[in-house]
Amino acid sequence: MEYFDTFVSILGSAIRLSIPLLFTALAGLFSERAGIFDIGLEGKMLASAFAAACVAYWTGNAWAGLGAGIMVSIIFSLLHGFASITNRGNQIVSGVALNFIAAGLTIVLGTAWFNQGGRTGQVPAEGRFSGIILPGADMMRDVPIIGPLYANVISGNNILTYIAFLMVPISWWVLYRTRFGLRLRAVGENPGAVDTAGVSVVWLRYRALIVTGFLAGFAGTYLSIAQSAAFINNMSAGKGYIALAALIFAKWKPVPVMFACLLFGFLDAFANFMQGKSLPMIGEVPVQIFQALPYILTCVLLAGFIGVARPPKAGGVAYTKER
Amino acid sequence: MSTASVPLPAWINYGAIPLLNLILAFFFSGLVVWAIGENPLEALNFLIQGALGRGDAIGFTLFYATSFIFTGLSVAVAFHAGLFNIGSEGQAYVGGLGAALVALSLDHYVPWYVTMPFAIVGAALFGAAWAFIPAWLQAKRGSHIVITTIMFNFIGAALMVYLLVNVFIVPGKMAPETRTFLPGGQLPKLDWLMALFGLKLGPAPFNVSFIIALVMCYLVWLLIWRTKLGYEMRTLGISPTAAVYAGIPYVRTVIIAMLISGGLAGMMSLNAVMGASARLQVEFVAGAGFVGIAVSLMGRSHPVGIILAALLFGILYQGGADLSFEMPNITRDMIVVIQGLVIFFAGALEYMLRPGMVRLYQTATGK
Repeated sequence: MEYFDTFVSILGSAIRLSIPLLFTALAGLFSERAGIFDIGLEGKMLASAFAAACVAYWTGNAWAGLGAGIMVSIIFSLLHGFASITNRGNQIVSGVALNFIAAGLTIVLGTAWFNQGGRTGQVPAEGRFSGIILPGADMMRDVPIIGPLYANVISGNNILTYIAFLMVPISWWVLYRTRFGLRLRAVGENPGAVDTAGVSVVWLRYRALIVTGFLAGFAGTYLSIAQSAAFINNMSAGKGYIALAALIFAKWKPVPVMFACLLFGFLDAFANFMQGKSLPMIGEVPVQIFQALPYILTCVLLAGFIGVARPPKAGGVAYTKER
Repeated sequence: MSTASVPLPAWINYGAIPLLNLILAFFFSGLVVWAIGENPLEALNFLIQGALGRGDAIGFTLFYATSFIFTGLSVAVAFHAGLFNIGSEGQAYVGGLGAALVALSLDHYVPWYVTMPFAIVGAALFGAAWAFIPAWLQAKRGSHIVITTIMFNFIGAALMVYLLVNVFIVPGKMAPETRTFLPGGQLPKLDWLMALFGLKLGPAPFNVSFIIALVMCYLVWLLIWRTKLGYEMRTLGISPTAAVYAGIPYVRTVIIAMLISGGLAGMMSLNAVMGASARLQVEFVAGAGFVGIAVSLMGRSHPVGIILAALLFGILYQGGADLSFEMPNITRDMIVVIQGLVIFFAGALEYMLRPGMVRLYQTATGK
């Protein structure tokens, strides 16, 4: 029973750690399926975490924080679009640049505004998204197996967690069951065909990027005012890249994205749990192995050893209408 | 009419447009400084004074520039072959392992000038090794090199932390770093060079790696524009299909280009590990690999341009550090913002001004 309790607690923390990945990976899904590489997911997450923390601190309203996070993230998305769609610049370069701008600006502005070495002020309780106890969670707690799972893993999370999981079927529906989704996927494979059909490639890609910004805004908000109560220097700490890895690991499909994010979140939670503990037979496993594992797995997948990961065909290429 | 195919003279393409992009980047940086309530011109003055005002300031500026020349060359070589190597950061980090292993094993026995060639080879080999798998995946398996090099940056960081914490750490010490190299494992400072100009180097770690970096610039120029391999790389960079049609071996050229690129990145560690701190430390690269992207873009992937761009970023790094003392409201991270804006305007928006310039040029020449 003790093992089971440990397992439940790891699972609960895995869910919490995978939420920012899930939002970000779904964000990346929309831009990459539309043919725009987005290395800048990390920067969007960071910038929106900062904006959400600032606004939540000033207004004491978590929803205002979320709105600010989404706004800033969309602005970063539009800048990426301006460079890579309108000006046909290199998408990778633009993403790298925006990551730097986000990393620097959050610290520069944070220090100037709050004077705490890049931290924002402590966000008050009503400015945060706190856990929601689902009905019956306390009653169920004593039921074996299902009880602890329901009470500690499914219940007790904040609203953004449930929104994240809701976004998975919604993303699937938008991508595979709407006209917008069909065109979006087409523009990532063959923009020429979409253009010939009389649909604006530029506007379509901009809309995809707006969706990307929207979803990435949730990820940043989750980091700063749901998981913690302030913005801290470089708080995304490479999560944007892990999300990118998860997106590739899931072969650019919404439902597998969820499982990939849960897997990477679980690895993270397991690494935290294993810190300083030793396994029977093997001894102490270095925590760095777990940190590197998502990246190693993604490279192995890219090498074609776990099925074939085929990226959108027109990804990374700016569309030129006429020569 | 589309302006993309209109040729422009070199002084506009390589002079005026990059300069205007740079000015735009600085203009927006100035806006940020102004937004947090400081005077941008005053800040610029502090920055330049802090980078070039004294002997030791110039020494620090050149020290940073040395690192950026290596990583800039690294990005540029890959770029000529049409490959975007974002992994210079990780390659430099792992390259440090090569340099440190050589220094640790030789510093008891031989003077620095005997250690140096081995250290160069060691750093380059380890850096190249870290570029090999992404290169192979790109060449053989078609995995996107940008993604794999990003992944390898993180894998490299995890590996190095593991090695430093568990293998190289000095027993009884807390800091995850190797022991300090003896003088036989250090690269000496270039104080005599500064003395020629009547400047005192002081504590600045400006060292022999600067000369190695300049030699590498020349070698890269030779490679890219004066050898068959360089020609093949450039052809591949402009049009992979044409290159393959012309009989240029794709797999071999991609892998060799990435190995050279990784090797150059690895050599950056000579400057930081053997020239400055005399020990291998966690996170010693400190973003120099990413600065290399900006340097290569600004320098238009040409060694001369790279030296100039590296100097510019050296000034920014050293001056930015000084600026944060003079104006406590502006933190060192302002450099990161400027760097991002430079990459954004000089890199991602490099074509933004072109149509306008074409029109101006056509009106001016009456065509």
